[in-house]
Amino acid sequence: MRLLSSSVSITSYSVKGEIKEPLIKAITEGLKKYSIKDIDNAPMNKSAGWTCFDNPYLPDFETSSCIIGSYFVFSLRIDKKNVPSKIIKKYYTLEVAKKLAESGRENLSRNEKTDIKESVSNALSLRIPATPNIYDIIWNYEESSLWFFSNQKAANEDIETLFSKSFGLTIIRLFPYTMADFTSGLSDKDRDLLLTVSPTKFMD
Amino acid sequence: MIDVSVAYNRYKFLGHEFLTWLWFIMDSDQASIIKTENDIVSLNMDNRIVIENSLNNRVENIRIKGDDASLEEAKLSLQKGGVVTELNFSLKVGDHEWKFNIKGESLNISSLKPPETGQITKKEDVEGAVLEKIYLYEKVVSLVQNLYTRFISMRVSSEWDKETVPCIKKWIKS
Repeated sequence: MRLLSSSVSITSYSVKGEIKEPLIKAITEGLKKYSIKDIDNAPMNKSAGWTCFDNPYLPDFETSSCIIGSYFVFSLRIDKKNVPSKIIKKYYTLEVAKKLAESGRENLSRNEKTDIKESVSNALSLRIPATPNIYDIIWNYEESSLWFFSNQKAANEDIETLFSKSFGLTIIRLFPYTMADFTSGLSDKDRDLLLTVSPTKFMD
Repeated sequence: MIDVSVAYNRYKFLGHEFLTWLWFIMDSDQASIIKTENDIVSLNMDNRIVIENSLNNRVENIRIKGDDASLEEAKLSLQKGGVVTELNFSLKVGDHEWKFNIKGESLNISSLKPPETGQITKKEDVEGAVLEKIYLYEKVVSLVQNLYTRFISMRVSSEWDKETVPCIKKWIKS
């Protein structure tokens, strides 16, 4: 989801840890190292990586700045190929028939069928371009906070993994417990009390 | 700190209680919301609410949607022991309006529509447009954070059971 859209979804994160100076260089290096890899000509079904906010289809962190004001602004791109199961079934059936005709046998072994399915999937994935999904990110380094412009579980899991690999920092999703524990300014005593709370019954 | 996925499930009731409390104070104490952020004109429930009711080990979800929707059914569901799991808000600051949705279990913000901003006609306009959007989103994110801070401080204190819950019970019955 793009942050300039008329309607957005935001997942808030707290960033744990610090990056050794020089900060901008370290972040740019992390973005470059884990930038999106194109899979249109590869037998792969999914690729996830960083891309530039202003040029998501041709990312180049050398020429494109990831800084706007005091924020780091970049995007997560997830490319996925979805080969319809009916197409896989068609080519699989044709391939099995061809193999049976060639060998003169009546049946194929389970392993042979698995190999055919895999080779059909790989061949088809080379013929189908990946669908890109772009999710923008605003990282306020000074405030240790990050906004991810999606609430989708799979996309959230991808950014959490990739962020840790790229920058050696952990991002923690802010939900009722973590928001109370990390960003609500509770005293140590209140944080201990938080662990003991149980649901309220509003009606007897 | 306990495991994050365990904490998510174990404490999601806090998000539901937060939204239930928010409906209560929006309905009965707008002045205290206005005090949370000094330039707020109002924060109101907009056109959607979801209430979850666990009865006899069965979970029942009641969704009420629409600009002219009656909230009687939602109130009735609270009377049966339900809690608010999702709420749609309208925030007014000056002449501007924000609309957004909060899901209790995650506190995620969705369908956030800030006031309209100018069209981007040149590449040079992008940076300004991004900063303007960040400023507009920050209004909602910080309001939610500040209201939640207020809620959770009260929730872990004796004030919750002694004062707030009796008031909410009275309001639900009204």
